[in-house]
Amino acid sequence: MIYAITIYGEAGVFEALPKDRQDEVMSGHGALQTALKERGEFVSMKLMPPTSAVMVEPATSEGKPPLITDGPFADTKENFLGFYAADFNDLDEALTYAKLISSPIARLEVRPVAWAGGAISSE
Amino acid sequence: MSDWLEATFTQQRPRAIAALTRVFRDIDTAEDAFADACLKALTVWKQDGAPRDPLAWLLATARNAGIDSLRKSQRRAAILSRHNEEFQPMLAETPDPDEMRDDVLRLLFICCHPELDRRDQIALALRIVAGLSVEEIASGFLVKLKAMEQRITRAKKKIASHTVAFETPNPEERGARLGEVSLMIYLMFNEGWSTSAGPSQINLTLCEEAIRLARLLVALFPAMGEQAALLALLLLQHARRDARIDRQGKLVALDDQDRTLWNRTDIAEATAFLQKAQRINHRGAYVIQAAIAAAHARAPSPEDTDWALIESHYAALHALQPTPVVRLNQIAAQARLHGPQFALEAMESLSEDLSNYRWFHAMRGALLQDVGDHRAAIAAFEAVMTLAPTGPECVAIKDKISSSKKELGHL
Repeated sequence: MIYAITIYGEAGVFEALPKDRQDEVMSGHGALQTALKERGEFVSMKLMPPTSAVMVEPATSEGKPPLITDGPFADTKENFLGFYAADFNDLDEALTYAKLISSPIARLEVRPVAWAGGAISSE
Repeated sequence: MSDWLEATFTQQRPRAIAALTRVFRDIDTAEDAFADACLKALTVWKQDGAPRDPLAWLLATARNAGIDSLRKSQRRAAILSRHNEEFQPMLAETPDPDEMRDDVLRLLFICCHPELDRRDQIALALRIVAGLSVEEIASGFLVKLKAMEQRITRAKKKIASHTVAFETPNPEERGARLGEVSLMIYLMFNEGWSTSAGPSQINLTLCEEAIRLARLLVALFPAMGEQAALLALLLLQHARRDARIDRQGKLVALDDQDRTLWNRTDIAEATAFLQKAQRINHRGAYVIQAAIAAAHARAPSPEDTDWALIESHYAALHALQPTPVVRLNQIAAQARLHGPQFALEAMESLSEDLSNYRWFHAMRGALLQDVGDHRAAIAAFEAVMTLAPTGPECVAIKDKISSSKKELGHL
């Protein structure tokens, strides 16, 4: 089963950490990436800060084009920062790998993937 | 554990101090209350884990702490009686984003007191909004701790006597505040990028804090092209930090920089914000400057740079800001397109306005070297030396003088 390990946290907090703590976080990511690479295909992305995003909102009425806005608006709560996805034997194994990148500044969600296409495929 | 939490406090500080300043109408009280809340967070969060909305928690706690200390303080009895009815203990709730953005903007704007020297405005913003220690600010400005302490105390007194309306500003007022605050952030970066005095050329703390504040404005005003452009511009400059100074501390000109040292992550992010600003169809000075910096960032080498594009950007910038310095930069681009002789002639019209501007003489010296007039080049470089160049600039200019002297010796 493919699991996604998604990372939530507050944008900017990592950058405010002292260098040695940043290195600590990054070494966790390094370890996870090395471990995943050994198992086969995986995908991983770190997103730019939410402020760099542009929103495509649903059209307000039928026949109209979708609305492009420059949100998201000032939201100080947790942001979606990035994710990993790979094929794991079971939830326990996915959790074991997720723990490698656990840190006080991130909340992780381990969620089974219903369908995946592209570099890793569920089919 | 505490340094993990400190990072959250640092991140929340501008919003928290801004909202608390509105509540208490007093920056010192706001700062003390926030410090109290952080102290409490160190114990409570370690025990129970960090809350889902740290800002709401810190604000509620700080507000209650502030009220407590006001009640105990004779000195502030007057403030308390004035606002007594507002001071109900409050529960953690997510602050209203619209109110929050005006709060932060107001706080930054308070730091931009018109009677304060620009550097004092910057120092205040670093102290109050960014939360840097006086020591860090002093070393950022290369002044003694004692002197910086006095300056900040004086500046704080001045802003306390100056009232900025706490009502929600109208759009025009908001726009004016945003412009003023953005300029202060831009100048904060420049102060770090080209420190006015002392041996080091770059002071990264000031640059990094300016970028952090520019990010804050973008987060608060996501639909404003000007602020997206400002962030893009600062990131593009900052991306060159490792290439700009060599191992001996010598300043490296853009042409001679090792472009593999340019920070690609910063450039990518800047490009995203520049595209956003351009999509909003913003056409201010920052977006043009960012477009110029992006043209350099895209070019694998000086020769592969789109100088015609850069020249046209400078022409547009000059139409917006008809200053001699912008014109000089336009001429520098024209030198690439039409040769050094053309540029030297074009520069003549600026010689009076820019007679005290060391980059004018440095550029003139380099162009004179290009046309082989080394005697005049040496005179131009010597003019730079009389205009208080920074340490790294001195070294670079001395190199140029000796290379021209060498050329003369060969003739």
